[in-house]
Amino acid sequence: MAAVMPVPAASRVLMSGNEAVARAVWEAGVKVAAAYPGTPSTEMLEVISSYPDLYAEWSVNEKVSLEVAIGAAYAGSRSFCCMKHVGMNVASDALMTLTLTGVIGGLVIAIADDVGLSSSQNEQDSRYWGRFAHVPVLEPADSQEAYAMTLYAYELSEKFQVPVILRMTTRINHVKSLVTVGERNEYVGAGFKKEPARFVMVPGNAGKRIPLMFARDIKLRELAETSELNFIEDGSDKCVGFIASGPAYMHVKESFPNAPVLKLGFSSPVPFEKCRELAALVDQVVIVEEVEPLIETELKAQGLKVIGKEILPLQGELSPNVLKPAIAKLLGEPVPETTALAPLQVFPRPPTMCVACPHLGVYYTLSQVRNLNISGDIGCYTLGAGHPWNALDTCVSMGASMGVALGMDKGRGESDKDKRVVAVIGDSTFLHMGMQGLLDMVYNKGNVTVLLLDNRAVGMTGGQNNPGNGYGIHGEEAPRVDFAKLVSALGVRDERIHVVNPYELPVLFKTIREEVKVPEVSVIITDQPCVLVKDYHKLKPFEVVEDKCTGCGNCIDVGCPAIHVTRRGKEVKPSGREVNLAFVRIETSVCTGCGLCVQPCAPKAIVHHVPTSPIQLVTKGGCAA
Amino acid sequence: MNRVENTCTNILVVGIGGQGVMTATEILAEAAIALGHDVKKTEVAGMAQRGGVVSSHLRFGQRVLSPQITPGTADVLLGFESAEAMRWQHMLKPGGITLMNTARLVPPVVELGLFDYPEDPLAEIRKSGNKVVAFDATTIAQNLGDIRLGNTVMLGAIADHLPFGAEVLLDCVLKRFQRKGEKLVELNRRAFEAGRAAVGEAETAAA
Repeated sequence: MAAVMPVPAASRVLMSGNEAVARAVWEAGVKVAAAYPGTPSTEMLEVISSYPDLYAEWSVNEKVSLEVAIGAAYAGSRSFCCMKHVGMNVASDALMTLTLTGVIGGLVIAIADDVGLSSSQNEQDSRYWGRFAHVPVLEPADSQEAYAMTLYAYELSEKFQVPVILRMTTRINHVKSLVTVGERNEYVGAGFKKEPARFVMVPGNAGKRIPLMFARDIKLRELAETSELNFIEDGSDKCVGFIASGPAYMHVKESFPNAPVLKLGFSSPVPFEKCRELAALVDQVVIVEEVEPLIETELKAQGLKVIGKEILPLQGELSPNVLKPAIAKLLGEPVPETTALAPLQVFPRPPTMCVACPHLGVYYTLSQVRNLNISGDIGCYTLGAGHPWNALDTCVSMGASMGVALGMDKGRGESDKDKRVVAVIGDSTFLHMGMQGLLDMVYNKGNVTVLLLDNRAVGMTGGQNNPGNGYGIHGEEAPRVDFAKLVSALGVRDERIHVVNPYELPVLFKTIREEVKVPEVSVIITDQPCVLVKDYHKLKPFEVVEDKCTGCGNCIDVGCPAIHVTRRGKEVKPSGREVNLAFVRIETSVCTGCGLCVQPCAPKAIVHHVPTSPIQLVTKGGCAA
Repeated sequence: MNRVENTCTNILVVGIGGQGVMTATEILAEAAIALGHDVKKTEVAGMAQRGGVVSSHLRFGQRVLSPQITPGTADVLLGFESAEAMRWQHMLKPGGITLMNTARLVPPVVELGLFDYPEDPLAEIRKSGNKVVAFDATTIAQNLGDIRLGNTVMLGAIADHLPFGAEVLLDCVLKRFQRKGEKLVELNRRAFEAGRAAVGEAETAAA
């Protein structure tokens, strides 16, 4: 989070797209902003929360965040909501009706598409929502445009009483470029006016709103035709002209500075006449868009002869080194060399859980229990699918671990009839979408053991607060949900609810092994804070006594990145079996003394760096030191 | 179709999550802004908060369009870790230079014996024909009393390989610490100069 407090107007500041949108939201006089964190959208609300004079919240999921924004816009205030692409799937139920009622105060929804999959379970093109929900879509190409388009989106939203989608991608959200900022304008809201025929969407009322929506589409397309956000830049090289939106425009300009380009900033509804205008200038038109051929398909349906995904990839980011060879090939020119050197082969460095992460103990334990099918969820604990644990078998979408587990239980095949089904979910994730799944599991008498890993943070996006940790968006105290009571209220029998310390491996092991045998729903709540949040307290670090280490490697299987192999060896057992040995040391400077590696160490070779008290486990609250 | 000559300076900073790669790039960007350049900065920070590969792209010049550095066009590669410096060699332009920390940060997949850490990343880079200067930034930082100074040492290392004077960059580094007191400013000045000297010595030795 960089732009903390407002800088003076007219300053030229290096801002990410997220920071630029946040600044514009503040300048536009927005009163209510809500989101659920999700890469690459998270910083928008983080930065907004640092501005004064507006209400910001972390909502429990995207649908709720949109509902909060809708309420504020109905009440006449300007409101803002943002999410990553998959978040709109969650919020879409509210969106599809919102576009019928429209808004009073302006409502902007910024959707961040993770083009290139830097941290998502799928790659989806949120521009489809514009067509699906009949709302305008604006597509910035850098931070300055993200800033300016956000301001414009509020005007557009109020003029047509329609929510506006600001479609961003990772290379807008997380690219920093220079932005000239302005001043904050007070926005005085019109207030809520009772209009049941418009705001109460029973079928009779909704049916009457649909023709209004189609009429709005026509007006919006007319506006797109004349919008300054859609402009043609002529060029001297007429053999190919480009139609581009978002960051793809920058790649086009960089790759083909002399080619005519139609840049679409107001990209939906598509301004067909503008596109024809460009086509008239050039021999061939190439559509450059990330990632789906949306504009391309619409133009082809209009009878325009254009080229798009025939030569460009349907997946991942575009860049000059994708565009240049594709166009060279199209023109029958020699494909330019893009890489001076073939990449050198280096080991992969997949993301890892942090040193002393409370999830380490859970996955180590799960990897030691046999005959489990484990359904997982979205968050840091998805990393349990990796080495050394390999203790996660599915990951679909947020909250899906619950329903998937029930389905695996009910739909088990012959080969799995003796397997136990375990579902793993995090605290924020459970509150986001897991609760309903658990209720379903209880109601339909599933045989699933649920591990609810409460680390008191939305860990993977940077440790944001949520109702599970008892802090609000500004770090202020807030009511903290009691997960044991919550799952009890959802119908899990109290005997089947356990709160355990994930650093106490024997207890964790015993609890899991016993609960998977019980043919009903069990919930095991692990209660220790994420090592990156303020509730986590470091203890005295451990070290390995070299003479005592037998090289068994048990501690390595815990998966803590503080453990390093100093040398490897081989040992032949009396049975003749050859065993690989790995002697270790602990990186004392990063060890937090959680004690996880101490427990599987048979020769007791791991001791406190500063002698000599026995192992101190982190007790509840995480402050045993 | 006609080609473009790349008029931007492209700097790629690489390392591992938690090393300060993104902050260092941000300071480099500030220096470029101070000199009136248009600037774009972006990174691929991967999924994890910690431990994953981080590569941060900085482009500056009169007008910067694409935020990403095209493979084979980076002017300087600043590597916070040996294997990472090796991983990103294909990004360098012919005649580009790598400035790398010799520190080895070994990930769990290597500790588990699933993959090997390259025996000698520096030699591998040299073998590829690219110009490289290696120095031990981590030890320099440790000797100055705090491993977190490594980041400033690395900025000192690149200081004489930029199209502008080292003072501009040093100013930007020190500005960050002004609020935190004279002691930290001084420490960072020393870290910066130490990094700068280390690269200078390594280059002299190689010449």
